[in-house]
Amino acid sequence: MGSVSTSHDMGLHEEQLGGRTQQRFFSATEEENFIYPWSYEVDYEKTAEFDAADMEITDINLKIRELMKSGHGTITVNNPRAKHSLGVGILNRLNLNFEGSLGYFGCGLTDGANIHISGRVGWSCAENMMAGTVVIEKNAGSLFGAAIRGGDLVCKGQAGARVGIDQKGGTIIVGDSVGAFTGFMMQRGRMIILGDAGDNLGDSMYDGTIYVGGKIASLGVDCVETDMTDLDLRYLRGKLELYGMEAPNGVENLVKLTSGKQLWNYDNLEPTEKKLVL
Amino acid sequence: MCGIAGLIWKGGASSDIGSEMTQMLQALKHRGPDSTGFALYGKPQEGVEVLRFKVAEQEEMATGFDIHRQVIERKAAVDARLEEMGAKITEKEDATEYAFRYHFTFDGDLKRLIDYIEDIDGVEILSVGKALELIKDLGDAAVVSKQYGINGFIGTHAIGHTRMATESDVDIRSAHPYWAYPFNDVSVVHNGQLTNYWTYRRDLERRGHRFVSNCDSELIAVYIADRIDQGDELEAAMARSIGELDGVFTYLVATSDQLGMAKDVMGAKPMVLYESDEFVGLASEEVAIRSIFPREIDTWDPYQGEVMVWAA
Repeated sequence: MGSVSTSHDMGLHEEQLGGRTQQRFFSATEEENFIYPWSYEVDYEKTAEFDAADMEITDINLKIRELMKSGHGTITVNNPRAKHSLGVGILNRLNLNFEGSLGYFGCGLTDGANIHISGRVGWSCAENMMAGTVVIEKNAGSLFGAAIRGGDLVCKGQAGARVGIDQKGGTIIVGDSVGAFTGFMMQRGRMIILGDAGDNLGDSMYDGTIYVGGKIASLGVDCVETDMTDLDLRYLRGKLELYGMEAPNGVENLVKLTSGKQLWNYDNLEPTEKKLVL
Repeated sequence: MCGIAGLIWKGGASSDIGSEMTQMLQALKHRGPDSTGFALYGKPQEGVEVLRFKVAEQEEMATGFDIHRQVIERKAAVDARLEEMGAKITEKEDATEYAFRYHFTFDGDLKRLIDYIEDIDGVEILSVGKALELIKDLGDAAVVSKQYGINGFIGTHAIGHTRMATESDVDIRSAHPYWAYPFNDVSVVHNGQLTNYWTYRRDLERRGHRFVSNCDSELIAVYIADRIDQGDELEAAMARSIGELDGVFTYLVATSDQLGMAKDVMGAKPMVLYESDEFVGLASEEVAIRSIFPREIDTWDPYQGEVMVWAA
């Protein structure tokens, strides 16, 4: 540590919290941190398949759960027929394949599952995903990957408006164009758009990075272009290769956008700390 | 929330659009169970106008004083006025006790005839057109379809709506689709809210347009009618509406041989599109399109501010 700021001098960083905290801290050395206590022990080699054409949404989701319970680690759902809310709330290791298209709110609230969809998805796919991957072979609707916190979300076709709104982590990759207000209020994470972007791209973004390969209709407030670094290029090459995708004119010609941080009006200190300084 | 759906068979091909639209709207039932409406475009007969009208609301039928006699009287008044204006009724059909379907021939001023009929207390014309037949009532698609015998209706294109009432009452007059009075064969369905409704309504009313309900969606029908009246093509009128109408909306318009879609600049309301060489299907959710095409199909969402028009 080089220079020590005044707040350190004042002992503000050694504040002790009164009472017992409810928060449990992550430690990479503890094995149990990587799974939920209630998650099922599954074997990727054990496969199952079922037809969802005439099933209700709840029954399909329960069936997936039952199969996980019996140790199936690779599940294929045939004929989902664009039904809504399929494959939601999976907090488990799992290879899940949908042979067909999903409706709205597909694969939301997942943590750790690897999901592949051979068709398209409707609005709000993979909303609030924590970890894992969701790969969509065709198009996606609006609100694609809203508020995701981690994992990789890949759409090989085009996506609708408000892609990655409120994104808090993870990576969103779209193979073709995206609609208006993409990256609106984005807070962290990365977004790779290989096609064109609609109006107000990255409007009011706090942080995070957006890479765009095509034309940008217009940038939102406080979204600025910045220089690509070698680290960016390495990251982009690695990610795109992973999903068998290619930037139309090479990753070197993607445009990198981040927050200009002109809208940032944060105080460096917490309100309680401020009182001490004043 | 509301659900909207549209379909068109290209190249003049016709199909059982009555059953197809019923299936699509039934799949969207969860988006709005209050009322369901259909605008079906059949094969036009030379010189013959199809008139769909109602003489009472469902609520009136349940509780209105001496309503059954009144319904008969109102219908007789419609017959008398049609005759008085020189229209010749060629076919009469009772769809329900309070809603009717007439075929008539007439060579005078259609707007005058319509105004004269609507002047009768309790009478509302749902549609007049050579191809258009507009049917709307309370209940889900299956109920309305059965009540009005829609299955088996052969035609080229159709739009439909399942309504979740938010801005106005649950009754037939506030149900979609809206007919773009007084234009033959123009109808509109809408999903969303319009925020400059009163500004435009007052303006259009001053210029002699008629509003039958307090539903904001009716504005789109009247707006489009006004633009067509001023010489705009359908596509131009719709493109203009994107800038002038404020709020969130996705709407569908149908004319005797066209189907159009428009989406607001925010892209706030959903629309899924499927297009093949012979067919175009649009709906608020893909499940509706899948109800008539169970096999895997490629669909996508049109972007914000887009206007698209297809011909039958």
